[in-house]
Parts: sequence; C-alpha cells; structure tokens
Amino acid sequence: MQRRYRIDKGIKYLLFFSAIVSIIIVFLIFFFIFQSSLPAFQQIGLRNILLETTWRPTNGQYGILAMIVGSVMVTFMAIVMGVPLALGAAIFLAEVAPRAVQNVFRSAIQLLAGIPSVVYGLFGMVVLVPIVRRIPVPGNSGYGLLSAAIVLAVMILPTITSVTEDALRAVPRSYKEASLALGATHWQTIIHVMIPAAKSGIIAALILGVGRAIGETMAMIMVIGNSVIMPTPLTDNPLTIFLRQARTLTGNIAVEINYATGLHESMLFATGVVLFILIMIINASAHLILRNGERS
Amino acid sequence: MRRFVLGIALIASLLLAACASPAASPASTDGEDVAAGLSGSISITGSTTVQPLAEKMAEDFMAKNPDVEIEVTGGGSSVGVKAAAQGTADIGNASREIKPEELAEFPNLKVHVIARDGIAIAVHPDTAVSGLTVEQVRDIFSGKITNWNEVGGADAAIIVVSREEGSGTRDAFQEMVMGDALITENAILQQSNGALRTTVANTPNSIAYLSFGYLDESVKVLPLGGVEATEENASNGTYPVVRPLNMLTNGEPQGVVKAFLDFVLGPEGQAIVRAEGYIPVK
Repeated sequence: MQRRYRIDKGIKYLLFFSAIVSIIIVFLIFFFIFQSSLPAFQQIGLRNILLETTWRPTNGQYGILAMIVGSVMVTFMAIVMGVPLALGAAIFLAEVAPRAVQNVFRSAIQLLAGIPSVVYGLFGMVVLVPIVRRIPVPGNSGYGLLSAAIVLAVMILPTITSVTEDALRAVPRSYKEASLALGATHWQTIIHVMIPAAKSGIIAALILGVGRAIGETMAMIMVIGNSVIMPTPLTDNPLTIFLRQARTLTGNIAVEINYATGLHESMLFATGVVLFILIMIINASAHLILRNGERS
Repeated sequence: MRRFVLGIALIASLLLAACASPAASPASTDGEDVAAGLSGSISITGSTTVQPLAEKMAEDFMAKNPDVEIEVTGGGSSVGVKAAAQGTADIGNASREIKPEELAEFPNLKVHVIARDGIAIAVHPDTAVSGLTVEQVRDIFSGKITNWNEVGGADAAIIVVSREEGSGTRDAFQEMVMGDALITENAILQQSNGALRTTVANTPNSIAYLSFGYLDESVKVLPLGGVEATEENASNGTYPVVRPLNMLTNGEPQGVVKAFLDFVLGPEGQAIVRAEGYIPVK
C-alpha cells in the first residue's frame, strides 16, 4: 500500500517537473531575448526602430518598419491564397469524400506538413521563381512577395486543413441530422450548420496558420529577395507591388546574425522582440474574437 | 506483435548496413611525409570564404598527422577576428583586411596572409555586355545605372544581386569598388557566395560580385576595366579588386598551430589554394 502511494506521488512530481521545464524554457528565452535587445532599444530608441525604413547597420541606421510591412504583407497574401484552399480541402475531407479517397487525400496533405521548409524554399527558388519571372514587368526578378506568398500558402495548407477537418468532425451528429431532416440540402447544411458550429475550431486553425506563416524563415529567405525596402509597385500598375522584393523579420535575423556584433547583434534580438510582440498581438486578438464569437 | 518484431529487424538491418558502409576514409600513410610525433587539436573559425579552403587544408593535414584533430567552423570574418583575439579559437579566418580599430583593440593579433582572392563581376550568361569599367560597376550597384542599354547592352532593367550586410565579400567590394557609394536597397540579397551564383545563373539580366573561388560556367564573368578576371591578372596586380584571405592568431603561433600554418603557407598548402581557385601568396 505505502509503496504504491509513494510511486503515485513520485509520478505526480515527475509530471509537474516536465510541465515546469517547458515554462522555464519559455521564460529563459523571453528573458534572454529581452536582455540582449536592451542596448538596441536604449541606444537607438523605439521610435527610430519602429518608424524608420532604412536598415543600414554599417551606417548606424536600424529601421525595421519595411520588414514589419514585409512580414505582414506576405503573411496576409499567403492567408488570402491558402485559406480558401485549405477550407475547401477540409470540407471535402470531412463531408464529401468517400472513406478510401479521404485516406489517400489526408495522408497526402499530412505529407505536405512533413516536408522541411528548406525544401519548400528550394522548390520555390528553382521552380516557382522562374515562372513568376515570366510576368513581363520591367525589373521583375521573380524573387519577391508573390513567390514567397505562394510558397507560404502551400506551407500553411496542412495545418489549417487538418485542424479545420477535426473541428468539422467534432460537430455533433445530431446537428447535421436535424438540418437534413428539415429538408436542407447537404451543401446548405455544410454552409449554414456545420461551419457556424465549427467556427471556433476554424478560427483556431487560422491562428495556427498565421503563426506558422509569420514565423517561417528558411523558405522565405530563399525566395523573397531579402532587400530591405518598403514594398512599392515596380511600374504604374499597382498590382506590380507583389513582384517587389522584401524582407521578413525572421529573415532579417537569420540572414545577418552570422556577421553581427555589438549594437547590430542587439538590434537583431530587438527584431526578435518585435516579432514576439507581433505574434502575441495576433494570438490575443484571435482569442478575443473567439471569446466574443462564443458569447453571441 | 509479429509486425513489431519485423520492424525491429528492419531497423537493425538498416543500422548494420549504415555501419558497414565505409564511414572513415583511410588516412594516407605514405611514411616519409608523416611529421613525427605531432599531436593536439586546433580550432578554426571565421570567414565563410576561407572556410572551404581551411577545411580542405585541415583534411590533408590530418591525413598526414593522424594524431592532430582540426575543427573548422564558419561564422564570418568579424567572428574570426574576435575568436582569435579572445582565444576562443586557435585560428580565426578573415576574408578582408583587418580594420585599424580591430588592431588597436587587439594589439596581439598576428595576421597571416594565406591566399589572395579576386572579386569578379558575374552576370547571367545571356547578357550582351562584354565588359564594364569600375565606375560603371559602382553606378550599377548604387542604382544610378538601372538599364543594360546605358552600358551598351540590350534594353532591359538590371537586376542587382548582392550579399547581406557584414559579409566579408560585401565589405571588400564596398571598400574597393563602391567607396562612399551605398549599394542600392533594391538589390536582391543572398546569404552565401553559392546562393549568389545560383541566383545570377538563373536570373536573366542580373549582376553580382563573386569570389574567384566560386566562378564556374553557369555565370558569365565580365572583364573589369578591360582586365580579365584571371588568377594571373590578380597576382600580377592588374586586376583591380583583390583582397587578402587571412588566418589570425593571438600572438606568435606555437606548436601544432605553427605546424599547421607552416603547412598552409608551404608548397602543399599553396597548391590547395591554387586548386580551389584562389591566388597563392608564395
């Protein structure tokens, strides 16, 4: 008897320890990044960091606004392209496809999630960039927001698809049956019953997708061109803005950390802090949307 | 259960196969070349331009001296300078001149020029232009010239490709070609010489600067100011953009580190320099 209780207690502490380790790690990272970025914030100033667009570390200019815009734009474009596809795929898997087809499709989409991001980048660099380059616009190199957003859209597909599919499957069967019994068609049931019922899950899928997109680094470095400029159209046609090169916040850290020393290095940590805060804002607003949605 | 056993068997057989493949290359043991009794370890870090050269030299040196362990890592020229000065590495690599402020901060730093490297102007193979002057290159990279027809080429926008801030190659290019002019913000930035070359080879109308060691048929190399980018022209001083590749030590090298540097600067090391496409110093 005594011994069994002791083991039980031991296991409890072991589990507590495992849980606390991850918390400690998060705080250590948090602390380390903030501490390392402190000199940058003190010497350059929040205003000069957040509102300036010129990034020339050798000249002492450390504005990251262009990169914030780059990160947000490429993420937004990827969401616009990827989400309809992902939702369609999820509805198909959960509601339409026969079981055999489901299994094949689901494994294929899960396979997509397992591909390392550097491989996506390589694919983008040698396949996608040359295709985008064919768009006849002077100065179009193929490297830029459009190529990056397409790669990113594919990368967030599996996350959004599988979480959305789970959400749709979690809708109680009685809802669907009631809707069908009332004479609604299958499609009407999906649109008016299933999707509203799975709303919170679908929004969670979106958050995960946005998080994945804004944090993606390697594939972005390889196709986005990495120039630190505010995206502007290449010609009079405003759509050519999507062919412009850009740099993401993550890319800035990865591209320059090898060579950075002193204030420059501290500034890269500051870039990380900004990224951190950006992601926290996105997560918080998503939670807010979720909670409001559940109340109404 | 049976499937489980099968899986274990499969994994075991895979492991066995992996172990059986020749993992360790046989060290060359031509008796006369083995320096007697040399042992120890050397850590080398710094410039990514010098890194492949240092790795090749370390490999050959370790083959000759099986008791010596050499570890080569990258990180960039500035890292190389710091590591050597602060003693975190035995040898620091730098692919640029050591800055006066660095020498002032670390007076003990000893600079060994192990090779020279030219920086070539590389363009996409289909580019019609057959040569550029240093001024034209400066104007193209600073964004003053934006169309190939301004330098005698076809009517097409120039796509400038560059390295990121802090790269030794970029530093050297900035210093020797750009002077006070800044490289245009519109330039596509790539993270390594290799990625730079791939980008230029695949992007029509693009131009970049490339270390001599990375030149191959995939890109077209332009003569600079009428001088071909060749090793001869770089070593006889006619090619205008040549930088030193340095190995740095904290004070005079001792023991096994000295033996390695002697090897690097000796006939065998310099033969490697030539074979890798750089310019020997001896």
